[in-house]
Amino acid sequence: MSDAVQSDVQRFLDRLSERSTARGAEPTWIAARRQAGAARFEALGFPHRRIEEWKYTDVRAIARGDFHLATEADFSPATAARLTLPVEAHRLTFVDGVFAPGLSRLDDLPAGVQLVPLSQALEENHEAVGGPLGRLTGVEFSPFAALNTAFMEEGAVLRLAPGTVVEKPIILQFLSRAGEAPVMSHPRILLEMAGRSQATVIEHHVGEEQAANFTNLVEEIILDRGALLTHYKLQEAPLADLHVASIHIEQARDSRYTSFNLNLGGGLVRNDLVAELNGQGAEANFNGLFYGQGRQHVDNHTLVNHNAPHTFSHENYKGILDDRAHGVFNGKVIVKRDSQKIEAEQSNANLLLSDRAEIDTKPELEIYADDVKCAHGATTGQLDEEAVFALRTRGIDEQTARGLLTLAFAGEVLEQVDLDAIAERVELAVAGKLPERFNLSGLVETAAALNEE
Amino acid sequence: MLEVKDLHVTVEGSEILKGLTLTINAGEVHAIMGPNGAGKSTLSAVIAGKEGYEVTKGSITFEGQDVLEMEIEERARAGLLLGFQYPVEIPGVKNIYLLKAALNAQREAQGLGEIPAPEFMKLIKEKVASMKMDTSFLQRAVNEGFSGGEKKRNEILQMLVLQPKLAMLDEIDSGLDIDAMKVVADGVNSLRAEDRAILLVTHYQRLLDYIVPDRVHVLVDGRIVKSGDAGLARELESRGYDWVQEETAA
Repeated sequence: MSDAVQSDVQRFLDRLSERSTARGAEPTWIAARRQAGAARFEALGFPHRRIEEWKYTDVRAIARGDFHLATEADFSPATAARLTLPVEAHRLTFVDGVFAPGLSRLDDLPAGVQLVPLSQALEENHEAVGGPLGRLTGVEFSPFAALNTAFMEEGAVLRLAPGTVVEKPIILQFLSRAGEAPVMSHPRILLEMAGRSQATVIEHHVGEEQAANFTNLVEEIILDRGALLTHYKLQEAPLADLHVASIHIEQARDSRYTSFNLNLGGGLVRNDLVAELNGQGAEANFNGLFYGQGRQHVDNHTLVNHNAPHTFSHENYKGILDDRAHGVFNGKVIVKRDSQKIEAEQSNANLLLSDRAEIDTKPELEIYADDVKCAHGATTGQLDEEAVFALRTRGIDEQTARGLLTLAFAGEVLEQVDLDAIAERVELAVAGKLPERFNLSGLVETAAALNEE
Repeated sequence: MLEVKDLHVTVEGSEILKGLTLTINAGEVHAIMGPNGAGKSTLSAVIAGKEGYEVTKGSITFEGQDVLEMEIEERARAGLLLGFQYPVEIPGVKNIYLLKAALNAQREAQGLGEIPAPEFMKLIKEKVASMKMDTSFLQRAVNEGFSGGEKKRNEILQMLVLQPKLAMLDEIDSGLDIDAMKVVADGVNSLRAEDRAILLVTHYQRLLDYIVPDRVHVLVDGRIVKSGDAGLARELESRGYDWVQEETAA
């Protein structure tokens, strides 16, 4: 490691020891994991582009940053109200990683649902957290996972009792503040869904426009038999925000995990999604849409491990890149030996709206069983100029024509989104250059009205 | 309404139209006929504003406005609409989106507000029924997976909704069986009005049995070489184009 790189690592370790001193004594298992995380991070350093997994993503903006840790969660209620999704929901809000009770809504949780900030869960029964936490995402997964483990102290714990069906969505809201100095946070999310439970979780990253903070998230999701989870990750963070997330899902028999990874915001975003399909009938659906403008960089790495026969995975990622935005998609499917009768589909399509936009896409299949149904593919293209012309000859101005066609490209993913508030936000962002008079939601309503007849 | 004067158009360096002159008045139906390669489709493409056509000489005016100075969408909003020979497929854009966006664009240009949803639904259902199309068409992506006949019907449907002042139909009969052609012809005939003009571009006389034109022009080698009434079309049908070519050469 060069001196400069070493001093980058040291700066983060210094912050860690400052924090540990301030925090004082804690249960031994936590202290031990922190130590393991720190040691692993120190040994690995930040990933560089010679590592295959990070070939297209330069994290120097993170490594060279001098990030502090926020200690309070003050946030303008008016701004928070403007940023919060207009969805009737249970809600946990964090401001720069610090729990904000005033911006949360936990008053009417149904029976069988435990939804608390991680700090509270640890206080109440740290041993119950210590078992599952870190089981799916160990410190070996990546330097960022190690760093998260070293720093973790806040986040969300959601536990559902067997058969619990949560009607309202659960929002985990992460607000990023524009402060004097950039801050970092290392949220840790633990979702444990017992047999046949059902929920929709919306993870929403958003913040003040001028914010430039670093979020390093680790999320572990455990789905027991027949549990059904729909997980939206709506990334609308400010354009100078840096975001790295590792999401691990462990699925037992007949469970279903459906992800909507909708990425609109953030300056540098890296998501790792890993699903372990461990029981027959387990199904993972990865839907993704990323829209990059300016110099945004969005990297999605996904991995599905078909560890059992009769497991299913469907993946559909679409990327729209404008200006000098850079997108990365790496989708891997591994079918273990003896995992017969599995189905795996994967597709990635990208639309480049500018000559300077860039996409690096790599679908990968590793199959060690013989009786399987697998398909994958990737395409990249531009808007069809003939279609633009055809729309203009009907009186539709060029901007709107391009907006309609861009939206059409995203449509396949958006059609699957059941929550209107989310679909509309994404549509507006993707076709956002449309003049206001062209009310797309009006068009959508018209189409919907016709369907109902 | 439309005046084309001494129009010269070059495509990729070769001259396709070589001094075409044509006047169309409101209330009239004109047909341009001619052998393949005569430049029939070029005229409507230039009027609609397709890229790759260079006007080297001459002018096109529509209700006194210089068409060549107008943006593609402005031409449409002014009432100039082209029905394509090969309508393009637009995956993901539903017919209903296209129709509503187009109609509202036109209304805005006319200083009207957005069409109220119930009014729009009523209009659209009526037009769809008149083209003998199912309303499920509206939910399908524009022309995606449509048969040739469905695509052409869809072009006429757009005309019926947008009610252009000048409807230009490029080879609207190509690829149609007789039943589909009758539906298309009925649609076009329903557009006939005193304040509207229709320009048909066609290779075959067959269509003109169903849409009887007021004027027929024969386009040969980039110029209109002969004009007449509907009788001229029938004469061309029985005698072919060679006869006109020989006559003009003489």
